[in-house]
Amino acid sequence: MSEEKLVNLTIDGIQVSVPESYTVLEAARKANIEIPTLCYLKEINEIGACRMCLVEIEGMRGLPTSCITKVAEGMVVHTHTDKVMKTRRTVLELLLSNHDKDCLTCRRNGSCELQKLCEKFNIHDIRFKGERSRTDTDDLSPSIVRDNGKCILCRRCTATCKNVQNICAIETINRGYESCIGTACDKSLNDVDCILCGQCIESCPTGALHEKDDSEKVWEAIHDPEKYVIVQTAPAVRVAIGEEFGMPIGTNAKGKMVTALKRLGFDKVFDTNTGADFTIVEEATEFVDRLTNGGVLPMITSCCPSWIRFAELNYPDDLGHLSSCKSPHQMFGAILKSYYANKAGIDPNKIVTVSVMPCVAKKYEATREEMENENGLRDVDYVISTRELARMIKQNDIDFANLEDSEFEDPMGEATGAAAIFGATGGVMEAALRTAADLVEGRDIQEINYEAVRGEKGIKETTVTVNGKEIRICVVSGIKNVRKVMDEVHEGKSNYDFIEVMTCPGGCIMGGGQPIKNSKTRATVDVRKLRADAIYDIDEKSTIRKSHQNPQVNKIYEEFFGQYGSSLAHKYLHTHYSPKQKYRF
Amino acid sequence: MTIEEIENIRKRKRAELDLRVNSNYPGVERHILICHGTGCTSSKSPKILEEFNRIIKERNIENVRVIMTGCFGLCSKGPIVIIRPDDTFYSMVTPADCEEIIDKHIMKGEVVDRLLCKDVDGTIVHRLDELNFYKKQKRIALHNCGVINPEDIEEYIAFDGYKALAKVLTEMSQDDVINVITDSGLRGRGGAGFPTGKKWSFMKTETDPVKYVVCNADEGDPGAFMDRSILEGDPNNILEAMTICGYAVGACRGFIYVRAEYPIAVKRLEIAIRQAREYGFLGEHILGTDFSFDIEIRLGAGAFVCGEETALLESIEGKRGQPRLKPPFPAHSGLWGKPTVINNVETWANVPRIILNGAEWYNSIGTETSKGTKVFALGGNVNNVGLVEVPMGTTLREIIFDIGGGIPNGRKFKAAQTGGPSGGCIPEQNLDTPIDYESLKEIGSMMGSGGLIVMDDTKCMVNLARFYQDFIVSESCGKCTPCRIGTKRLLEILTKICDGNGTEEDLKNLEELSNMVVTASLCGLGQTAPNPILSTLKFFREEYEEHVRDKSCRAGECKKLTKIMIDEEKCKGCDLCRKACPVEAIEGAPGEKHHIDQSKCIKCRTCVNTCPFKAIS
Repeated sequence: MSEEKLVNLTIDGIQVSVPESYTVLEAARKANIEIPTLCYLKEINEIGACRMCLVEIEGMRGLPTSCITKVAEGMVVHTHTDKVMKTRRTVLELLLSNHDKDCLTCRRNGSCELQKLCEKFNIHDIRFKGERSRTDTDDLSPSIVRDNGKCILCRRCTATCKNVQNICAIETINRGYESCIGTACDKSLNDVDCILCGQCIESCPTGALHEKDDSEKVWEAIHDPEKYVIVQTAPAVRVAIGEEFGMPIGTNAKGKMVTALKRLGFDKVFDTNTGADFTIVEEATEFVDRLTNGGVLPMITSCCPSWIRFAELNYPDDLGHLSSCKSPHQMFGAILKSYYANKAGIDPNKIVTVSVMPCVAKKYEATREEMENENGLRDVDYVISTRELARMIKQNDIDFANLEDSEFEDPMGEATGAAAIFGATGGVMEAALRTAADLVEGRDIQEINYEAVRGEKGIKETTVTVNGKEIRICVVSGIKNVRKVMDEVHEGKSNYDFIEVMTCPGGCIMGGGQPIKNSKTRATVDVRKLRADAIYDIDEKSTIRKSHQNPQVNKIYEEFFGQYGSSLAHKYLHTHYSPKQKYRF
Repeated sequence: MTIEEIENIRKRKRAELDLRVNSNYPGVERHILICHGTGCTSSKSPKILEEFNRIIKERNIENVRVIMTGCFGLCSKGPIVIIRPDDTFYSMVTPADCEEIIDKHIMKGEVVDRLLCKDVDGTIVHRLDELNFYKKQKRIALHNCGVINPEDIEEYIAFDGYKALAKVLTEMSQDDVINVITDSGLRGRGGAGFPTGKKWSFMKTETDPVKYVVCNADEGDPGAFMDRSILEGDPNNILEAMTICGYAVGACRGFIYVRAEYPIAVKRLEIAIRQAREYGFLGEHILGTDFSFDIEIRLGAGAFVCGEETALLESIEGKRGQPRLKPPFPAHSGLWGKPTVINNVETWANVPRIILNGAEWYNSIGTETSKGTKVFALGGNVNNVGLVEVPMGTTLREIIFDIGGGIPNGRKFKAAQTGGPSGGCIPEQNLDTPIDYESLKEIGSMMGSGGLIVMDDTKCMVNLARFYQDFIVSESCGKCTPCRIGTKRLLEILTKICDGNGTEEDLKNLEELSNMVVTASLCGLGQTAPNPILSTLKFFREEYEEHVRDKSCRAGECKKLTKIMIDEEKCKGCDLCRKACPVEAIEGAPGEKHHIDQSKCIKCRTCVNTCPFKAIS
């Protein structure tokens, strides 16, 4: 690392020495001086709009915003003067004068950044009252609810949509006091080019953006004696759910999570990782087939529903590149209502399948018309996010942090390390390569850590030699990066054979359904790495680390599907895609 | 074209147009100049032009030309027609008057008396420069407005047009140009008054090979039309200035950001750009030199905030018009991240004259810190509504009473508003303040772009503050909290006070919140948005207190606080008021005393104006 020049400044009488690229806010944090922020989201939204982080800097006029003011040699900063505090307080009062203030019924009650500031500033009376600008709610999409009444126009969501995902489905519309966050022609997120990834929810400091809550439906099913409710949990959920109960970021809480799910009253608690093993054997088989029989290449993974929606909306001519494999939980749901129902002797009509996902787009995926079997049964009935599961656990007064561990249930409990790493960017690719290489070479290859596809980079490229043939690989996460790769695919210029796409930067561990981290945590902690480390740790500790070596999976093929990629496997485990209109007015 | 060819055009054309500026012109030709600014155009000046041309053609009259020009300034007397070289000034001309003007004036050399303008003091004025309105003016930025046809580049060339550009390209280094502008003392006319030369000099240290020059023509203050008039009357002046700057700072492309609501200005700019390209003043190898520069127009969609330079740049880039954070300043990172000089129309309009006449000439005009002239759009309760250009240092009293002719209808002056929604109200006691950037700021207002609205004693100062706040609430970009929500709350407090529901607490909150919005807002729009409130609170606090404590509005503008009454002693029972009332709120039989049913009265004041005995107030 090149040595950056240090500058010395004084903040509240404390001498601080920081790199010259630092902002006053960063410098203050280094000196353990807290400055409140609202609109600031490191590297994503640095616009100085909310005016909460104002400070006094000697020699500068007015009150500069610390989040965007760069440090300078000899600068003297005062962060909590009377003037500063009164101004911040007025900013809060103004925001509250145009806010629902119904904290008791808000999903972010207790985790809202605005609420925390109001508490800190001891705000009990709001001097300013008046007309509200906009209070309507958009809850038409299956995934995301946008509540204008709670929006403080910090623009963290729009910046995320634009700068991280490069979708720009939401933007500030109108002018003056009428300004609000809106979509094209002010339509529902459901009817515009939003891909329902939920990264905006992760960015929102208040309850203005949240997932469509399906937990009530799940409770109803659980409490219905007629129903046999099976829950499955995605790989990324276990390494994040502990955060909702005060556990450190990066804790693998699988055992406690399984215990909690059993206590909630689910009839069976299965692991989506088993579904992921099915996905891998099917996807690897499909890839080997395309590679050897001249199929459409590059083949692109299809586990991520936001990516599928993005492709259908933006690259309608290139859908042939997508693997026809359903995503793991959809495959698993299909198996539960066919093979498993038969095996366990349960009427599939009585089975309710619930998926716990790190994602809100999965809610949309489950409602896609293709995700239904020949008897009109949905593969997956309900999808709840990690956050919703945490709330259900809290609702039932379960002391999560002190739960004993337990294991997923048989006969579907056993999953491989390959499935576990699905949760991180590069994981699907690595898992698929482990299987594809073995399938092609017909042996049990021992070098199975594909380090080149791991890590935080948005676009990762590598070449893998299988059976003397070079396979060109690309792993991409974050739609901003996906566009670059897809434009090449569209123009026929792509040199890759196999591409993994994940919508959320870092993969599912950073999905839109995961525990929300506040602005300060995001600025100071590498959440992605901690969660990813936990995922790879699970893989390392697994006895079986290749999907095609999962005995459960192979047993089901023997008993039910026959060969990998058989026509029966295609019937239950594969799907198809169709171009969709970007704007559906 | 080469410089020599341009000089030939200039000589030929200057001789042809000599009668425009030489009242002793010996020839027989006559030029009929008709104002085609927005004001006169909307009162049918194009029809007048058509009519003159029709008559001249039909009768085959020789030696007469009809010419459209930019604004003469005295908009309240429009449409204006001036006959040159004798300089006869006809006001409020209609197409029906053309026949008579031709018959009498052109054919017989007799003045059409009935179309002559009456000055405020009642004297009949024959010539433009006899009007008090023009006596104290000094036209630099407007020097070609009302003299040349803005759609004919050769007329611009005739009066030294593009001479400054030729001088710059052939005789001056880049530093020379910047030095002249710096030495002239020219400061930004858009409002803040930043030294123009200094702004240009920042570009020298920028190493990026791509630089831009931008003209801010997004004039948005209510009642301001200085920039529009300059663009309509003398568009080539702006093109020349921008090209000069392009040379000085090493830019190759310029943009004019102009409001789409100025269709005439846009059209004339388009024509000027096309002609300038044809004559080689824009494009590759300008005037045969190595310097290349071109200009494009970008239309604004009517957002006030796009007058703020960084919001304007965002808008040119096709983004939502909202201010950027400064620093970086545009000189370092402007349009598309490139070093950019951005000046307002009026600033540009001074540049060619400064180059031609020198820095010393320019800085001899004006005050110690503010050089040159300033154009004001004079409006409101003043006799001569229009466009005036005065040397810096002229007092407000001179502008309002000498040039503007004072307050109409015998009413009393109450306040003048400068600087638009960002400016403040200036009371009677400050009327002798010389106009310059610093003095206006000292008395709680600002130069602004040049809107000058005069108010008489029928104007309520609380309601005035409310009006400007209403404007800001709609025009804030909505980005930062104080400006987006704070101004709305200020408006609500003001409305409450105007409606008679204000409390002492409201007054306190109004002042505190105003100060907070000033300190905490992100850009100049928000930082100055409460100025109309703060300045009226400073100078007219008693009016606020009357609204709050006594529930009364002395100006009678706040309808909910006024009661219209009939003085029974003065009422003669003529019944005119009862008949005039649109809501049948007046009762009384003819010949008897009338009275007003307050529950029905909508305070439209129709009765007040109808009563011949001044019995109603």
